[in-house]
Amino acid sequence: MTSLAPSENLNDPLVTVDGVSFSHGARVIFDNVSLTIPRGKITAILGPSGTGKTTLLRLIGGQLAPSKGQVTVFGQDVQALSVTELYSMRKRIGMLFQSGALLTDLDVFENVAFPLREHAVLPESMIRSIVLMKLEVVGLRNARHLYPRELSGGMARRVALARATALDPVMVLYDEPFAGQDPISMGILVRLIGEFNRALNLTSVIVSHDVKETAMIADYMYLLSEGRVVAHGTPEGMRASREPAVTQFMEGEPDGPLPFHYPGPDYLHDLMS
Amino acid sequence: MTELFARIGRSSLSIFERLGNGTLFLFQILMGLGFGFKRPTLVLLQIWAVGVRSLSIIMVSGAFVGMVLGLQGYNTLVTYGSEESLGALVALSLIRELGPVLTALLFAGRAGSALTAEIGLMKATEQLAALEMMGVDPLQRIVVPRFIAGLFAMPLLAAIFTAIGILGGYFCGVGLLGVDAGAFWSLMQQHIDLIDDVMQGVVIKSIAFGFVVTWIALYEGYASLPTSEGVSQATTRTVVNASLAVLALDFVLTGLMFH
Amino acid sequence: MKITRTMEVGVGLFVSLGLAALLMLALKVANISAMAVTEGYLVTAHFDNIGKLGIRSPVKMSGVVVGRVTRVDYDVDRGQAVVEMRIEKRFSHIPRDTSASIYTAGLLGEQYLSLDPGGEETFLKQGDDLPLTQSAVILERTIQQFLYSKTVQGNGKKKP
Repeated sequence: MTSLAPSENLNDPLVTVDGVSFSHGARVIFDNVSLTIPRGKITAILGPSGTGKTTLLRLIGGQLAPSKGQVTVFGQDVQALSVTELYSMRKRIGMLFQSGALLTDLDVFENVAFPLREHAVLPESMIRSIVLMKLEVVGLRNARHLYPRELSGGMARRVALARATALDPVMVLYDEPFAGQDPISMGILVRLIGEFNRALNLTSVIVSHDVKETAMIADYMYLLSEGRVVAHGTPEGMRASREPAVTQFMEGEPDGPLPFHYPGPDYLHDLMS
Repeated sequence: MTELFARIGRSSLSIFERLGNGTLFLFQILMGLGFGFKRPTLVLLQIWAVGVRSLSIIMVSGAFVGMVLGLQGYNTLVTYGSEESLGALVALSLIRELGPVLTALLFAGRAGSALTAEIGLMKATEQLAALEMMGVDPLQRIVVPRFIAGLFAMPLLAAIFTAIGILGGYFCGVGLLGVDAGAFWSLMQQHIDLIDDVMQGVVIKSIAFGFVVTWIALYEGYASLPTSEGVSQATTRTVVNASLAVLALDFVLTGLMFH
Repeated sequence: MKITRTMEVGVGLFVSLGLAALLMLALKVANISAMAVTEGYLVTAHFDNIGKLGIRSPVKMSGVVVGRVTRVDYDVDRGQAVVEMRIEKRFSHIPRDTSASIYTAGLLGEQYLSLDPGGEETFLKQGDDLPLTQSAVILERTIQQFLYSKTVQGNGKKKP
């Protein structure tokens, strides 16, 4: 699983997003966005809701195609891959969906075992020990007979985390891992993501709007707003930044360069008409 | 006026678009059929879901339809003094039309709607996207086994419906109304041909219906909007479109088969 | 959903129930014996009019089905309809001079071909043509003849 693709070079960044534009109907989501995800690090992509952070993950996973620009993953142009190559690339990527996206007709054990059963021809005893190990790490080994409907949101996300790492991927993409979690689950998830990254020598991409938690574990941060990268740097550098858009987001101020109001005619104009 | 034409144009364009997408979807299923034979347990699971769980409604409906045919047929035939032909009447109407058509309509309502809702919800809860990101093609893993199961279960269900319907007609005609049992079966046998009626009527028609109903149900689920409203609309569309398609296809097939 | 024993048994029951239903439709409902008659021998008969007789109409002797009509055609040379029938193998001792008639079961029922055995010592064999035939009774024509003869009779009575 950790073998390199032919065109891969260990010194290159794992993912390069180069001048990518993407629109959803008439709405422009990305306008000439460029960023790089270095190997072995935790990279955070921050931004207010609705800035297309999830879309960015889908572009990396090849589920969406950019209208302009190039996405390179493991040294391969994602758009140039055939369907088979795309699927084999995805086997090296784990993804944690915001909702967990567990298969509702399988129990916890079978959910974690799913990628192993689909992709690897392993004896049942080996599948069992891998699954139990992954579940032990997220603390849900004894919940393995429960079904997704019996899990809390935080537990579902931990199961999804175990599933995303079941095939020992090179990179894990996290889509809003902290959204809607109570402080305890949030703490658990922050710790788990950090531990996984170190213990499995992973590369992690976290897409989030929870600045504080993300800054605790991220090595590098990108701030997206209105389809563009407005700032990037290390967490310390970002905190020290004097740029108004950065301080607004880092401090959570309601209004600033990122407007509080949805764009359109002003209030007075609407009232008078 | 131009507004009206524009609206007609737009809606027919969207109909053609759906039809085109549906055809493409069907081709993708057909290309992936091999996967179903590589993973027979997945197909078995779906035969359970669409076939076995539709069995009770099919058997009960079949019995009642056959009994009603027995009663009504007897009342009509007795006026002409030919109530011995009851067996032929019950069996002919069930085998050529009512068996396959009613089974397909019930199948669309029971199994088709469930397929659409299941796949639509899997889409809405990102399960299909998660499969894609795990490197598993949801079209093969989720859609193909359900398609094969639908195609396989429909003729069996139609045969069960028809057989139970004939027994229901026998129960009413012979058991309750006193038609001679020997005449009931022998006149039936004289009028029904294995190839022309049983094969064409029950087997071929129901395979065609199973194909169309399963295709529509899977497509509507796969193409549904990933919201609760989108899934509910898709489920309704499955039942309506699949029923209409079955009735229209039945007309065409009947025209081709029985002159 | 994991596959359970109940499901396996359920699917097995379902499939066998479906096959049993198909088998019942084939054996009990459809007349498989009529289908399976490829044995037996073919004989033909010529008629002026065959009425509604068609392929698979029964061929009966004393009311017992002994075969089925296999082909209906028009013989241009003789200017008559020709009916080909297959008679089951076990009825092999039918006299050569047997006559064929077309009757209707009941007033409005289906038509069938009836064989009335003659007295010859030689028997029918493959390819024979039945010499004596009686055409179907066409209801309209009978009524027409009846009315015509009445008018002729009536005219005859008035004249003297």
